[in-house]
Amino acid sequence: MSAILITFYILAAITLATAFLTIYSKNPIHSAIYLVLCFFSIAGHYLLFNAQFLAIVHIIVYSGAIMVLFLFTIMLMNLNKEDEVHKPRITRLGAIVVFILTSIVLVTIFINSKTIMGDYDTTGDDFQSIRKLGTILLNEYMVPFEFASILLLVAMIGVVLLSKKEKLEKK
Amino acid sequence: MNNILNEIGIENYIFLSVLLFCIGVFGVLYRRNAIIVFMSIEIMLNAVNLLFVAFSTYHQDAEGQVFVFFSMAVAAAEVAVGLAILVSVYRNLGSIDIDNLKNLKG
Repeated sequence: MSAILITFYILAAITLATAFLTIYSKNPIHSAIYLVLCFFSIAGHYLLFNAQFLAIVHIIVYSGAIMVLFLFTIMLMNLNKEDEVHKPRITRLGAIVVFILTSIVLVTIFINSKTIMGDYDTTGDDFQSIRKLGTILLNEYMVPFEFASILLLVAMIGVVLLSKKEKLEKK
Repeated sequence: MNNILNEIGIENYIFLSVLLFCIGVFGVLYRRNAIIVFMSIEIMLNAVNLLFVAFSTYHQDAEGQVFVFFSMAVAAAEVAVGLAILVSVYRNLGSIDIDNLKNLKG
């Protein structure tokens, strides 16, 4: 086994284990911490692909912004206690059965994919450096890029409107 | 680093993404806490993003990574709006148990 393969297996094990622990742990704060670990290991996968731009953006956006948002909401609602009631047993059993069945079906679908896809050949061209991605993003994908900023603006205004405290009208 | 997919194999990444996605589905079905349900949705989004990057490397094409970039922007907006909705639900109901959200039930 090469070093890259061992790195991949370790990263994959961390990703899957922390994703599972996110769902399994009872305290929402612990879930958030495990989710941060999961996101960092996914950024490690991106680095393994040599996709530096996406790795950095992933760490900034997910581990930085989104997780801070989650943690603040958890603290704002005072949820860091472990008194959550479980779903009824039949629902939990159904969830486990659905998990096992979807995993089996999807893995069986893709189990023969190696023969179809064959080997991977490189042309040696640069296709994922930040320079190349910026060129593509600002030439071919100019309009969607601008629309993304409009989407973020609309989301910001919507969030402010939604979370504003409504004043009760006085009679 | 150029022959990374020859060493690891694209099918390993497919299996990893599939399992991550299934864990996300499991979380949505299993938990009652709405915040954990949101986290599961994030896990599913990340599984798909990971597969996008894997196939972008496989095809030597940067457009997959551009798409992942847009999907991250949409995910950030989605999380912000969703958590704002959760805050207002918590103000009105006093809990974020998703089984309590039955006001729209016919």
